[in-house]
Amino acid sequence: MTIAVNPSQAGEPVFYLADEHPHPEGYSTSLGFWIYLMSDCLIFAMLFATFGVLGANYAAGPAPKDLFELPLVAVNTSMLLLSSITYGFAMLTMQQNKIAQTQMWLAITGLFGLAFIGIELSEFAHMIHEGATPQRSAFLSAFFTLVGTHGLHVSCGLIWLVTLMVQVWKFGLIEANRRRLMCLSMFWHFLDVVWIGVFTFVYLLGVLR
Amino acid sequence: MSPDFLKLIFGRLGLDSLPLHEPILVGTFAMVALGGITLLAGLTYFRLWGYLWREWFTTVDHKRIGIMYMILGIVMLLRGFADALMMRAQQALAFGGSDGFLPSHHYDQVFTAHGVIMIFFVAMPLVTGLMNYVVPLQIGARDVSFPFLNNFSFWMTVGGAVLVMASLFIGEFARTGWLAYPPLSNIGYSPDVGVDYYIWALQVAGVGTTLSGINLICTIVKLRCPGMTMMKMPVFTWTSLCTNVLIVASFPVLTVVLALLSLDRYVGTNFFTNDFGGSPMMYVNLIWIWGHPEVYILVLPAFGIFSEVTSTFSGKRLFGYTSMVYATVVITILSYLVWLHHFFTMGSGASVNSFFGITTMIISIPTGAKMFNWLFTMYRGRIRFELPMMWTIAFMLTFVLGGMTGVLLAVPPADFVLHNSLFLIAHFHNVIIGGVVFGAFAGINYWFPKAFGFNLDVFWGKLSFWFWVVGFYLAFMPLYVLGLMGVTRRLRVFDDPSLQIWFVIAAIGAGLVFLGILSMLMQFAVSFLKREQLKDVTGDPWDARTLEWATSSPPPDYNFAFTPVVHDNDAWWDMKKRGYQRPLTGFKPIHMPSSTGTGIILAGFATAMGFGLIWYIWWLAAASFFAMLAVGIGHTFNYHRDFDIPADDVVRAEDARTKLLVGAK
Repeated sequence: MTIAVNPSQAGEPVFYLADEHPHPEGYSTSLGFWIYLMSDCLIFAMLFATFGVLGANYAAGPAPKDLFELPLVAVNTSMLLLSSITYGFAMLTMQQNKIAQTQMWLAITGLFGLAFIGIELSEFAHMIHEGATPQRSAFLSAFFTLVGTHGLHVSCGLIWLVTLMVQVWKFGLIEANRRRLMCLSMFWHFLDVVWIGVFTFVYLLGVLR
Repeated sequence: MSPDFLKLIFGRLGLDSLPLHEPILVGTFAMVALGGITLLAGLTYFRLWGYLWREWFTTVDHKRIGIMYMILGIVMLLRGFADALMMRAQQALAFGGSDGFLPSHHYDQVFTAHGVIMIFFVAMPLVTGLMNYVVPLQIGARDVSFPFLNNFSFWMTVGGAVLVMASLFIGEFARTGWLAYPPLSNIGYSPDVGVDYYIWALQVAGVGTTLSGINLICTIVKLRCPGMTMMKMPVFTWTSLCTNVLIVASFPVLTVVLALLSLDRYVGTNFFTNDFGGSPMMYVNLIWIWGHPEVYILVLPAFGIFSEVTSTFSGKRLFGYTSMVYATVVITILSYLVWLHHFFTMGSGASVNSFFGITTMIISIPTGAKMFNWLFTMYRGRIRFELPMMWTIAFMLTFVLGGMTGVLLAVPPADFVLHNSLFLIAHFHNVIIGGVVFGAFAGINYWFPKAFGFNLDVFWGKLSFWFWVVGFYLAFMPLYVLGLMGVTRRLRVFDDPSLQIWFVIAAIGAGLVFLGILSMLMQFAVSFLKREQLKDVTGDPWDARTLEWATSSPPPDYNFAFTPVVHDNDAWWDMKKRGYQRPLTGFKPIHMPSSTGTGIILAGFATAMGFGLIWYIWWLAAASFFAMLAVGIGHTFNYHRDFDIPADDVVRAEDARTKLLVGAK
């Protein structure tokens, strides 16, 4: 920040800004949102730790090998990864101020997200149908909670995405909306990173165990 | 009406949920209801609702939010202390075949509520309130980074407090101890609403705490005035920064562990059960990963307050500023590496226990460095024994004692003897009262004139001080003795008559502390009545050193007419030394955030949702959830969240101050 010297005091120490510009709107937002993401990351860290501790306690119930269908999980993972790419495209078109294209990419992102949630729910339904309910064993409690918390986050992201699309449609790509799209972008990619962890530690290592 | 229909509407809430058979509770309820009705009637009669709503409930001004936090903390202190008095009385009486006056069902709720309230709804609001009020002023900012969020955080904390208070008259509170260890807290052993009250009160308040942590970190990192580098920040700002880092890095853990416990209770999962592969000890580990940083969350700001007070009232620059900062940071980091010392007896083995015993002892090194820094600041200083300084000296003596018993407990073999004994109770009251409570009182006495424009009355302040300090020692030194004799915590009745005298002494101590609290309330009342005599027109009644004293008392809405520029650690002292002239012209409009009612509405729905979940009133929980979602999303459609204070208003406020300052000379 440049310090405007009070002219009458030139040469004297400056103790206040005679000519001050307020911080621009959203000055602290990206830092604040990063810190929020880190606190959310801790929530996942705890759930991963819980899964790490309880993940082998099958209580004579089904184990990962009996439950997980890796091809389906692979499709699901690709849904989420693709949605991250399309969100990236939305941000690129936002930079170029193309409202229609931004909206289109956001919509595609949302559809991928929806597909992800749909596949996850059908996987859950299938497992519960086979008797592998969250109540069955500590392993399944930890599994459903970790994966379900991630799914809940994606669902919140979807609600947020729709809200932002309405706001872009109503008010255009104004500064505030760009900032909000940026925050959602960080949130969305963050969920992607978390999912990589879930995919690796829960599914892949689970099947190996 | 059919029972099914009633169940749909009221969940498990029924007339039998009201504790009509407990005379103590009925009496309390009558008193509270009478007081409440009088208060509400008074507010209505004097037409204060509009004023309260406009100027306080919906405000985003960090100063007013800070004051509201302090009021919440002091009100809840009365409730938490009432529990303490009941416990002390019960334990002093329940000898020689007497059952005392509290049935076990009630006594267990009392000690649980006491702990929960004192930590979450007394100590936390007091500490957060002081940080909220002081930090933006100390760094020369106009408000926090996210003013709306600040309002929302406060009301979420209130929401949690409301749920705890509701449990007193509707249903019951947890009977599990303040950390609600499973399997006792699981549905099999605690099928009632008590633990659910506990869970949802803490979840609602926890959201507020986490968000206010994020808010204050951003404020300190982004909104410091020009010239204030990190190593020029006042020590209180430093300790606040570290505290808020701890909040953000630890409260999510509490959120998760309580969420898992609620899944166990509501859904029937097996995280902390004894069978199906669950692990109750994992709960104990997880909750202490939050719990130990929590004690530093409370005490670090107190350390900051003592640093400001010591240097101001010794008339000297703080000794060893840099080491003070590093000590704070080291404590912040180490606080994550000691959690297991809360359950050495779990049986993790000698190596694990040694590791955590040693890390625990290491924490005493930076803390000791701080103690020496305060002493050296006082050394050859011109010490003024005003109230804040008296609390500080009481802290230094008391806290060193508590610290030493802490190091003693950190030795695992010793802990095997003293675990869960009254020695432990004496130890942590020794550090929390001696550190956090004395710190909060030092802070209140120190910054009160800043917040309200008049000093606190010294006579009643000293009376309160002596009652508190003497009462504290009388109440807790006997507990050390009892603990060494092997008396465990949370006992309701005793067989050995030789123990009674110690409990009687402790009860007398608690009575003195009660007088201390009454004297403090008296101090506020007397000071308010004598506010013209005690008026502070200078804005700097203590000849202090940091920026908050550069502006008027109370500060204007915008804090500083011009953003200050800082050249030195003790910025205001430097300005006074080098002939700073207060600017009298050239005022400009000032950009400020506008008030909003969204925070209190959202928190209201969150509280209603908590209540619905506690009583299985599913429609209420769902409706409140969707209402919260709708209000939250609706709020984001408001893009105009700030306004300009016109230059004329600034001129008027500053001219008024100029007249006051001239009058003072």
